[in-house]
Amino acid sequence: MKKALFTVLFSSVVASAAYAAPYTQIDSSKSRVEFGYRQMGVGMQGHFKRVQAQLQLDPAQPQSAKAQIDIDLNSIDTGSAEANQEVAGKAWFDSKTYPTARFISKEVKAVGPQQYQVSGTLTIKGRSQPIVAAASLTPQGNQALIKGKFRFKRSDFAIGEGVWANFDTVANEIDVQFQFLAK
Amino acid sequence: MNTHYTATAKTLHWLMAVLLLGTLSVGWYMTDLALSPLKLQLYSWHKWAGVTAWWLLLLRLIWRHRHPPPPLPDTMPAMQQTLAHAGHLLLYLLMFSIPVSGWLMSSAKGFQTVYFGVLPLPDVIEKSESVADMLGNLHGLLNLLLLAVLAAHIAAALKHHFIDRDAILRRMLPNFGKKIS
Repeated sequence: MKKALFTVLFSSVVASAAYAAPYTQIDSSKSRVEFGYRQMGVGMQGHFKRVQAQLQLDPAQPQSAKAQIDIDLNSIDTGSAEANQEVAGKAWFDSKTYPTARFISKEVKAVGPQQYQVSGTLTIKGRSQPIVAAASLTPQGNQALIKGKFRFKRSDFAIGEGVWANFDTVANEIDVQFQFLAK
Repeated sequence: MNTHYTATAKTLHWLMAVLLLGTLSVGWYMTDLALSPLKLQLYSWHKWAGVTAWWLLLLRLIWRHRHPPPPLPDTMPAMQQTLAHAGHLLLYLLMFSIPVSGWLMSSAKGFQTVYFGVLPLPDVIEKSESVADMLGNLHGLLNLLLLAVLAAHIAAALKHHFIDRDAILRRMLPNFGKKIS
């Protein structure tokens, strides 16, 4: 009897531990990082094809989550081959020298049911700036969908220098939307 | 009977002459430029000019419908009159279809046309590289055809004026205060 009770207790502990296991990675094929900006007053959309992440995310305690997200800048798709080539150049991302954009989280605050404010540091082209993203966390079975967005100014990271430095043709504000399937 | 076009028809004709040549020149120049802010600006200006030309064309067609142009003189052989009408019809068709092909090409390339950066034109076709290439070729071909027809149009006007010495060119020129006979 004692043995049976122990077994039940033990297995339920194991089961709940397995259920609450923190997520440590993302399913890259189901994760997306998109960006939007205005060019000559026209809304444009693009995305990055390759994104990786290291997570420490306990769904029971999202506030203590930590994340490092790496975006392969060479995987950019701006919508046209000509522009893809252009933004790899020195004036834009200089992606030969700085191939990765990295975000490291610092703090996660709950702001509503399944809604969080994630602050951290974004590093692009050797420049680091604090950013704050609005994110949501939705459990999906034993995975979780993280969706969010933030806005930054390209001038803060020297993205678009020289003839591109003014904002007459390409606006300064860049809207980023992300979606990560944590597992 | 009127032997001159109306002042409105003349204004629209010469306004569009300047606008079309300007738009065509910018279009010719901008395509081979390396990507730069200037290139992006020229593309936008080219599109805005094209949309403007298309609106002006509609206005012109409405005006023409309400104020038919003066008839061609009897001194012109029937064959020449037929050619003249066919040439004008072709010009109107090209002035209609060239901006449309440009607008569609723009959508197919994934760049929406936003008139003066304010008024978005709908994207009636989806982004597709092959369709964009096809429409790009069409846009270019139609423009080459326009150049050829324009050359004939101008040559014919000059021939009427200097060789036939009739009033065909003068009826599209400003009156400069002269009394219309």
